[in-house]
Amino acid sequence: MSKRNKNKIRIIGMNPQRFDKGQLKFLGYLIPLALVMMLPIVFIFFNAFKPTEELFLYPPRFITLRPTLQNFRNLVATSANKAIPASRYLFNSLLSTLLVMALTLLITSSAAYVMSKKRYRLKNMLFELNKISLMFVPVAVAIPRYFIITRLGLIDSFLSSVIPLLAMPVGLYLVKQFIDQIPESMVEAARIDGAGDYAILRRIIMPNITPALATVAVLSFQSAWNSTEASVYYMHNEAIKNFAYYLTSLSAGGNASDVTSALTGGSAASGALAGMGISAAGTLIMFVPNLVMFIFLQSRVMNTMAHSGMKS
Amino acid sequence: MKTAKRIIRGNKVSGRSFLERHSVFFLQLPFLALFFTFILLPVVVAFFLSFTDFNSIQTPRFIGLDNYVNLFTKDTVFMRYALPNTLSFALVVGVMGYILSFLMAWSLAQVTKGWRTVLAVILYSPSLTGSAMMGAVWRVVFSEDKVGYLNAFLLKQGLIQSPVNWLTNPQTLMMVMVLVSLWSSMGIGFLAMLAGILNVNRELYEAAYIDGVINRWQEILYITVPAAAPQMLFGAVMAVVGTFQSGSIGVVLSGGQNPTPGYAGQLLVTHIEDYGFLRYEMGYAAAVSVVLLLMIYGISRLTNRLFAGEDTAS
Repeated sequence: MSKRNKNKIRIIGMNPQRFDKGQLKFLGYLIPLALVMMLPIVFIFFNAFKPTEELFLYPPRFITLRPTLQNFRNLVATSANKAIPASRYLFNSLLSTLLVMALTLLITSSAAYVMSKKRYRLKNMLFELNKISLMFVPVAVAIPRYFIITRLGLIDSFLSSVIPLLAMPVGLYLVKQFIDQIPESMVEAARIDGAGDYAILRRIIMPNITPALATVAVLSFQSAWNSTEASVYYMHNEAIKNFAYYLTSLSAGGNASDVTSALTGGSAASGALAGMGISAAGTLIMFVPNLVMFIFLQSRVMNTMAHSGMKS
Repeated sequence: MKTAKRIIRGNKVSGRSFLERHSVFFLQLPFLALFFTFILLPVVVAFFLSFTDFNSIQTPRFIGLDNYVNLFTKDTVFMRYALPNTLSFALVVGVMGYILSFLMAWSLAQVTKGWRTVLAVILYSPSLTGSAMMGAVWRVVFSEDKVGYLNAFLLKQGLIQSPVNWLTNPQTLMMVMVLVSLWSSMGIGFLAMLAGILNVNRELYEAAYIDGVINRWQEILYITVPAAAPQMLFGAVMAVVGTFQSGSIGVVLSGGQNPTPGYAGQLLVTHIEDYGFLRYEMGYAAAVSVVLLLMIYGISRLTNRLFAGEDTAS
């Protein structure tokens, strides 16, 4: 019997419980591909810890032999002779990202609960509208968004890096689909016990949709943490801009190289290389929280994505 | 005692009854208010602005279809670069990225959980690099001088004689853009497809084998794709959106230059930015936005149609 069973599992290769030789051919191309895809990030990692002489090296060697924190120190020093220190940009990023995450979770789950479990007119229309709006890529409507934000008086306000990011159609879509799985009887039982909608949301819905909430947390974290829109278009005041913006200003302009060549007293070329080290350090600071957050929540994200299906 | 309790409870109920009675309204209010203001309204405003001449200071002047007429008849950058570039970029990155995502998701479903998790995190992680990081990450590889990793590697292998200007040469910029976009294309849609494929009922496969499905291609075509179709459609929409979303990649890679060298990396998104935020021709830029949105909508409808066809066929 066990032999027959084993045979079957080998044929139906999907979602195997145990390792067997048949899987080697998949790993044979998945692992090399994953390694190639990792490469640019590995480069950044090594570059971030490279001393200047190693950044200079020709031919370039991507493994760092004598790791140093010099680039991180330069990152701080680069901004030290400007009015705004790098830590300020980082603080702005942290604050706006946490606000976006917390508020997005709150407004998304309450709207999704209503759209999933309550009956009212317009319900289907609103959800359909939300689904269509998945296609309204924000970059396409950057200009009208700018005018709306101007009209609302949010120009040069820290809130312009928070408020426009709060409504997240993909988040609502995923959470609503997830709440659809919660049996109607559970909500009904709570209602008979006298619980109102707010209580049901807090005590029944929220505890049962943690995977979906984790997913929204991951997505809203990414959108806020990586966003440069507010800093580039809505803010003139350098003190409220975020770290992602600071990083683009480092890697785009000759900004970093000018400052570092002044700092190290070297030529413009050495400045450019030091600038490369600095932007690698900054990129690492940007990338690691994103990755850590996803690694911790990935199983919940996967659980949510199972309910992401769309009917055509 | 009993009546007292009831009164207290009654009071409590009537105390919050206004909020409670209109809970449907209040619970949705924050989301819908923000949704209408920042997602829907911009589209409506773009539509109206596209019929005006507007320099962002004076009041918009209605000029009918002039912007659209100019766009399709006089704007050589749009007709020669932005539009064809966008179409080919979307076709290559969108279609190839989607197929790649599906094949990777399908392959990952064939290995054990430990491997799958590690590999999925690695394949997904490039999509975590927003445009802010993208420039720094890829400049290391495509750096123009011989110190750039790719140039150094190719020089050493003797494949090129002198360093290639990957990011400023119009011939190579587009290629690099496609490569970088494909690299970061396995995002949330990829995860959805992976979850969808993993959730396909095993009995479907068993039944199919009894019915005479003999190889993996048949298995994919007749079981996996139809059973995971809803997630695959979600993945397709995300692929379309992601492709157009990454439209400013050319500017990022060429170090913030807009227009990109020789207009080689000019896409609709960069064209909008060029007219809107650099030349302050807001009405004109809005017309380009409308064209872009219509394009995304059209392509999404098309994918929808494809999957609808799939459904009826199976």
